[in-house]
Amino acid sequence: MAKLTMVKAITDAMDEELARDDKVLVFGEDVGKNGGVFRATDGLQEKHGEDRVFDTPLAESGIIGLANGLAFTGWRPVPEIQFMGFIFEAFDQIAGQMSRESFRTAGKLKMPVTIRTPFGGGVHTPELHSDNLEGLAAQTPGLKVVIPSGPYDAKGLLISAIRSDDPVMFLEHMKLYRSMREEVPDGAYTVPLDKAEVKREGTDVSIISYGYMLQESLKVANKLAAEGINAEVLDLRTVAPLDEEAILATVKKTGKVVLVQEAQRSGGVMNQVASLISQDAILSLDAPIKFVGAPDTPYPFSDAEDQWLPNAEDIEKAVKDTVNF
Amino acid sequence: MTQLDFESLKHTPEYETLQVLNNDGEVVNPDLMPDLSDDQYVDLYKQMLWSRVLGDRSTKLNRQGRLGFFAPTAGEEASQMGTSAAMDKGDFLLTAYRDIPQLIKHGLPMEKAFMWSIGHVNGNVYPDGLNAVPPQIIIGAQYVQTAGVALGLKKSGSKNVAWTYTGDGGTSQGDFYEGINFAGSFKAPALFVVQNNGYAISVPRHVQSAAPVLAQKAVAAGIPSVLVDGMDILAVYEVTKQAREWIAAGNGPVLIETICYRFGAHTLSGDDPKRYREKSEEEEWFAKDPLIRMKKFLENKGLWDDEKEAAYKDEVEAEIEKAMAVVESQPVQKVSEFLEATFDETPAAIERQVKEYQAKEGN
Repeated sequence: MAKLTMVKAITDAMDEELARDDKVLVFGEDVGKNGGVFRATDGLQEKHGEDRVFDTPLAESGIIGLANGLAFTGWRPVPEIQFMGFIFEAFDQIAGQMSRESFRTAGKLKMPVTIRTPFGGGVHTPELHSDNLEGLAAQTPGLKVVIPSGPYDAKGLLISAIRSDDPVMFLEHMKLYRSMREEVPDGAYTVPLDKAEVKREGTDVSIISYGYMLQESLKVANKLAAEGINAEVLDLRTVAPLDEEAILATVKKTGKVVLVQEAQRSGGVMNQVASLISQDAILSLDAPIKFVGAPDTPYPFSDAEDQWLPNAEDIEKAVKDTVNF
Repeated sequence: MTQLDFESLKHTPEYETLQVLNNDGEVVNPDLMPDLSDDQYVDLYKQMLWSRVLGDRSTKLNRQGRLGFFAPTAGEEASQMGTSAAMDKGDFLLTAYRDIPQLIKHGLPMEKAFMWSIGHVNGNVYPDGLNAVPPQIIIGAQYVQTAGVALGLKKSGSKNVAWTYTGDGGTSQGDFYEGINFAGSFKAPALFVVQNNGYAISVPRHVQSAAPVLAQKAVAAGIPSVLVDGMDILAVYEVTKQAREWIAAGNGPVLIETICYRFGAHTLSGDDPKRYREKSEEEEWFAKDPLIRMKKFLENKGLWDDEKEAAYKDEVEAEIEKAMAVVESQPVQKVSEFLEATFDETPAAIERQVKEYQAKEGN
C-alpha cells in the first residue's frame, strides 16, 4: 500500500496486466521509449519488451484499426489516443466497428479492447486537448465508458477494463493525473465496471457526478456539512451504461438532486441521468433536478477556462438552491 | 536562382500491366504462366463460372425479393477468384461488400452469405476455424484492420497472411493509406488488393486521383506493388501467389491493383450504369470477359466443353437452391437476443431492456 497519484496507479494497472496476460499489448503515439506524454506508460516497454509495448505511426484511425485487427486474432489491445480531442479521427473504428462486433456476430466475436485517452479541463492545453467528449462515446451502443475520479478507482477500473471482453473507453482526466494522492494497494485488484459508488453518505440532497467534478462536488459537500447541509455524493464511475439502481437509490433517499458534469449541458451524460430520474423516480423528488454543466460552446480558449468551466461555486449554489427550494 | 520544373517532379514509377492470357485465350507471357496441373486450370475456370452463376442467380433472387443487398460481381471473377485461389486456408480474409465469392470459397457456407444479404444475424456467425470477419460496409475500414490482423499473426509466430480488398474509389480514403502505411511500418504480413473496375458507383476512376496508376500509392507507404490484368485469372493467380510467398517469408506487405470491370450495376439498390457509362465502353470490356478467355484456353487444351459447362452450372444452381432453403428456414430475429449480444457482460441497464423485450416477444 502506498499513496499514489492517479497516473502512477494507471501505470501500475497496465504493469500488472502486462505481467499477468501475455496477450495484453500497449501501444500508441509515444507510449514506448518515451513512456507516454504524461508518463502513464513510463518504464513499461523497458520491463515488458518492444513486442508488448510499442509506438505506432501518427494516425488515430490506424491505431484503433490496429487494435481491432489484433482483437480479431486473439490479442487484448490497450491502445492510447494521445488526447481525446483526437478521437474524431478514430470514430469509425470505435463506433462504426469495435463496439458493434459482438452485436453483429451474435456475441461470437469478442473485442477485449481498452482505449485509454486523457481529457478534461483546467490545465491550459491548446485547442482540442481537453474536450469532454464522453457523451459521444456514451451514445454508442456496445461501448462501456469509464471515468475514474481518483487513483484507487483508476487502478481497479483499468484492470477490470483490460480483463473485460467488452470494448471499454477509459477516460483519464488530466487535472486528476497528479493533483491528488490516495492509498492504492500493491498488486492487482478490480473495481466493477457497472457500479457507481457513494463517495459520501448524506440525507439532504444527492450530488451525482464523475471525473474531476466529482472531486469538486466532494469538497463542496464537506464544506456544506459545516453549514448543516448533509449532501450525498454519488460517483458514476462508469458513465455508460449507467448504474441505474444506484442513481435511483440515492434519489429516493434524499428526494433532491444536483447533476454535475464538466461537459457542455447538451453533451456529457447527465441528460441521460435526468431522463432516468424523471421516468423512474419523479414521485420521489421534492425539488426540480438541478444541472451544473458547461455552456454550449466549443471548449474555450485556454485563457478563458476559469470563466467557462463549471466550478465549486456553481455546485455550491446549485446545492443550496435545491435544498432551499 | 534555379527555376524548379514541377512538371518533371511528378513521380510515376514504371508499371507494366502483367498479363498471361490475351482475349483469345492465348498464352502471351509464358514466363508468368502458373505451373498448374490440368485439373487446377479447370478448377480456376470452374471457380469463375461458379461465381458467374452465383451472381446471375443472386440478381434474380433479389428481383424476386428472396435476397436483399447484393453488389454484382460479373466481370470481376478473375480478380476475385484468381487472388483468393492463391491464398492459404489459414490466411485471414477481410472483405469489402462486393467480395462475397472469396468469402464463400474461403469457407463461409453459402447460406450464411445469403443470410448476410437479407440482413439476418446468423449470416455473421462464422464457423469455428474460418479465418475471416463479416464483409465491411465502411470503405477503407478493412484496410486498417488488416494491418492489425497481420501484426497479430506476426506476433503469434504464424506463417499466415492477412488479405483484404477495396475498389478504386476506396483508394481515396484515409484508412486506405493508413492501412498500407501501418502494415509497412510494422513489416506485417498483409496483402492489399485494389480491384479497379473503373467506377465508384458513377464516379470514374480519373476523378478519384491524378495518380496515373493506383498501384503507385504503395510508394507512399514504401511497399512493393504490382499492376495486373484483372480480367486474366492466370496472371492474377500467379502474381498473387508470388506476392503471398514474399509476404509469408517475412518481407512485409504488398499491394496488387487488378484492372477489371463490373459488367452490371454497382449494387441492385437502384444503380443504373447507363446513366454514366457509354455502351461502346461496356462492349469493349465485355470482349475481355475473363470467363471467355479462360474457357478458350481450356478448350484449346481439350479440357473443357459445353457439355461440362452445362453440367457444372446445374450443380451450382442446385447448391444455391439448397442454400436458399436454409436461409428461408431461419428463425425470426429477436430484439432481446440483440440486446444480450451487444455486450459480453450485459450491464443491468441493458438487462432491464432484455426483460422488457422478452415480455413483448412472449417469452
